Amino acid sequence: MMVSNQPSAQPKIPFYRDERVLRIIAQVVSAVLVIGFVVWALVNFFAAAEARNMSLSFGFLKEAAGFPISSPPIEYNPSMSFGRAFLVGVVNTLLVSVLGVIFATIFGTLIALARLSSNWLLSRLALAYIEFHRNIPLLVLLFIWYFVVFGQLPNVKESITLPGPIYINQRGFYMGWARLTENGLIFVISVIAGVIASIVAFVWLRNIRANTGKNTYYGWVSLGLLVIIPLIGWFASGGHPYEVDIPVLEGFNYKGGQRFTPEFAALLVGLTTYTAAFIAEVVRSGIQAVHKGQIEAARALGLSTSQVLSLVVMPQALRVIIPPMISQYLNLTKNSSLALAIGFQELFSVGKIAINQAGRAVPVFTLVMATYLVISLLTSFFLNLYNRRIQFVTR
Amino acid sequence: MTTAEISHEEIRPPQPPGPVKWLRDNLFNGIGNTLITVILFPLILYIIINGILWVLFYADWTPVTQFPLLYAVGQYPRDQLWRIGVSLSFILFLTGASWGHWGGLLKSMSVGAMIFFGVLAALPVVHPELTVGMRLYLASNIIWIYLGYLLGKQKFIKVKHILIGWVIAPILTLVLISGFENNAALPKVVTTLWGGLLVTFLLAVGGILLSFPIGVLLALGRRSSLPVVSAFSTIFIEGVRGVPLITILFMFSVIMALFLPSDTRIDRLLRALMALTVFSAAYTAENVRGGLQAIPPGQVEAAKALGMSGWKTMLFIVLPQAIRLVIPTIVGQFISLFKDTTLVVIVGINDFLGIGRSIINSDPAFVQLQFEVYIFIAVVYWIFSYLMSLASRRLEHALGVVSKL
Amino acid sequence: MVKDKNSEPIIICEGVHKWYDEFHVLRGIDMTVQPQEVVVIFGPSGSGKSTFIRTLNRLEEHQRGRIIVDGTELSHDVRNIEKIRAETGMVFQQFNLFPHLTVMQNITLAPIWVRKWSKAKAEDVAMDLLKRVGIPEQAQKFPGQLSGGQQQRVAIARALAMQPKIMLFDEPTSALDPEMIKEVLDVMVELAESGMTMLVVTHEMGFARAVADTMYFFDAGQIVESGAPEEIFTNPQEDRTKLFLSQILQH
Repeated sequence: MMVSNQPSAQPKIPFYRDERVLRIIAQVVSAVLVIGFVVWALVNFFAAAEARNMSLSFGFLKEAAGFPISSPPIEYNPSMSFGRAFLVGVVNTLLVSVLGVIFATIFGTLIALARLSSNWLLSRLALAYIEFHRNIPLLVLLFIWYFVVFGQLPNVKESITLPGPIYINQRGFYMGWARLTENGLIFVISVIAGVIASIVAFVWLRNIRANTGKNTYYGWVSLGLLVIIPLIGWFASGGHPYEVDIPVLEGFNYKGGQRFTPEFAALLVGLTTYTAAFIAEVVRSGIQAVHKGQIEAARALGLSTSQVLSLVVMPQALRVIIPPMISQYLNLTKNSSLALAIGFQELFSVGKIAINQAGRAVPVFTLVMATYLVISLLTSFFLNLYNRRIQFVTR
Repeated sequence: MTTAEISHEEIRPPQPPGPVKWLRDNLFNGIGNTLITVILFPLILYIIINGILWVLFYADWTPVTQFPLLYAVGQYPRDQLWRIGVSLSFILFLTGASWGHWGGLLKSMSVGAMIFFGVLAALPVVHPELTVGMRLYLASNIIWIYLGYLLGKQKFIKVKHILIGWVIAPILTLVLISGFENNAALPKVVTTLWGGLLVTFLLAVGGILLSFPIGVLLALGRRSSLPVVSAFSTIFIEGVRGVPLITILFMFSVIMALFLPSDTRIDRLLRALMALTVFSAAYTAENVRGGLQAIPPGQVEAAKALGMSGWKTMLFIVLPQAIRLVIPTIVGQFISLFKDTTLVVIVGINDFLGIGRSIINSDPAFVQLQFEVYIFIAVVYWIFSYLMSLASRRLEHALGVVSKL
Repeated sequence: MVKDKNSEPIIICEGVHKWYDEFHVLRGIDMTVQPQEVVVIFGPSGSGKSTFIRTLNRLEEHQRGRIIVDGTELSHDVRNIEKIRAETGMVFQQFNLFPHLTVMQNITLAPIWVRKWSKAKAEDVAMDLLKRVGIPEQAQKFPGQLSGGQQQRVAIARALAMQPKIMLFDEPTSALDPEMIKEVLDVMVELAESGMTMLVVTHEMGFARAVADTMYFFDAGQIVESGAPEEIFTNPQEDRTKLFLSQILQH
């Protein structure tokens, strides 16, 4: 048997049949086509922009905006720049999205639990809620909430009064609000520090308990930290970190307190009720995905109900729940753009007004889309990090 | 024969199944549940009864009942309605034929449609738009469906005949409905006159038909070994999925014109359709990609060993299995697309929701009646969505048998 | 069963090496196979035997050495690859039947679309093959409705439908329940006796003893020992061979 290790001791392969060459040709051709297409589109774009004298610069962001935004969450007036207006828009988007996500998760989980309840009426009620909201378009729901429900709100003089005090009328929701005094910041920091310290202590001390078996009273310690640190902050700020600002009727309007416009409220309520239905289904399927045998085995090992839930059921349910949940959160954030239809000035709506005022469609647009992309990608990135940490390690 | 003494205190027969037992187990088992039932039951009863009373007696349905044609076709010229009618009848005929050939889910759809048109035709109300001619047309659809069924059952009709019919249907519909310039027989009807359910269905069906193949291509592109293709597909998919649909609709309405050679003008409805298609394609791409990932590599190896080329393997082996795996998700995406068509209201297109809004804004008296209008619109969307998800579940069932692994 | 000992070899492997990144999985394999020869390749897992058999039809690519199948060299030439794939059939451990097609469609798919046969011709050939492997009545069933042994027999028929000159078997019975191994081995024995050139990676020593012409013991990417079955079983030369045989020949 002759042994020849030379791969080149064979006739030269014509290039059109050589698989390595073919692979390279495919890559080059596809690159040319794709990049060529993109270049063609861009060339047309710049030519058209040139022809219509469209400015593509972002310089306009420094100019005065010239349009009002009702009830801005941060300081704003029409003489401030477009850049500032955008910031207001972004803050509004984030505000309604974050609140929406929190409320929808809580509400959705409650509905899921109702759906799983052994009470037939409660279960069917939850089912009706879910099926109703899943099969109608969000925009229709928003219109119903805004025009029909919030449209029926009484005028200022006949406001609905709730304990708080909270006044509800056609101009919005007015409620007492805490405003920070000069020393208030110390208190806020101490609250945040307290929460962080309490969580860190809880996890760390619980690990020590698990590793060494020594009783570290991690529950009490963390609770203590949660109470004591803010208390220190309270005294450090002179015992007066905030003052309560109560809305008072003056003439035709309420002054003071915090106001939430009907537009904001309608968007928040609409987004929350809509997304809660989808979240309910996600949570329900997550809980049902945990094999009954798991609960039986845990009980057989002598774990208490709360231990069964926290150590066995929830971790497994969460693994199934988190990926679709991320998707629902992102949907909610993107759906906040429907605010345009009911006049709430979040990012997209502000963008549209800006285009009307300043005409710079392309830069405004790019800014708006880029912001949404950044929000989506960041949210998705961080939530996926968490998701990866809790997924099962499989062979 | 001796019989044992049976002590009646010790042995009690189990509660026989029946309504009492059911109530005990489901509504009254335990204090918590009993309390909940006691609170909920009267509450729900109150809401339902009041709801029914409101619908029947207290609501003023004028803005809904006065304009059925507006809701159905917008401002399409009333003397040209026969064109929409013919298209609709042709589609119904094809549905009947499909029922005749395949049965199953199509039977429910066809029979349902026949009942629907029958009820509409025979509606015992007097209405200016429900003329004798209209009633006859509606009733005729029952016949068209049935004729289709009879034809479809014939032996000489093969799958490909019916498929060709379905391919012709959208083209025929579009041509008939839009017409031609300077044509006496089929005068042009501009898309700004189209509205209502006509627009909603055109956008939804068009979007679904177009976004599916594009989505499949994008999914294949994303998994391609050619880095430029893969990068482009990934960027496209993630970019589209990261922004709200509204921004894409606006992009196509306002900005897209800039990317094309300077004097091409694209119809507003078409631009909306393109936006919806692009949006839906990105999501479909991710769904299909999930399916592609689930195909064991052994399938491709076996095909290669048999001498099948790359694209033949994809066409006959991988794609059929991948798509079958993700049909529920894909149909879910289609249902979402149907609901998402409502967003075109924001770019000024009069779909079903848009017509409702115009009607409300057209007459100050109707502003009070917004609730009626929106409830009506919500119910119609709900019915269609629900029917689609029912159909999806039956489809899964039907295919599940075949793709047993 | 080799009939003509003096014919040209149908497979020649010279100094075949393969690396997976840093891992040297095939370390210089030399082998010649005569037409109609039945070769059994055995050895511990990770020895490279599956990888080797998969290089023969280019499911894996070898980096050094030469592989010549029926006079065609396996190289980067796509035409050569196609030709070689057309002449070799492969049967996998996991069957790899196409679950969305019927048994008949599984078998006729490649002949219709690759060899461009008419549907009628393909179905005739398919029915004959199904009869040959013993399950003609399953033609319209789906793979999921068949037992493992039946599926593997369909897989064999599917490979044979392309009328290959060489059949490659990658542990064809390893995924089967014990009671179904015999039906598949019977088909393979019949195939061997009918004169097909076969390379079989397997642990089934009974099969080897019955029909193999040559056995190759693979370990750590090399051929440690080779020879006729009687020699290997009764008089293994290398220690590693002895050790492995003692581990698998418990009965």
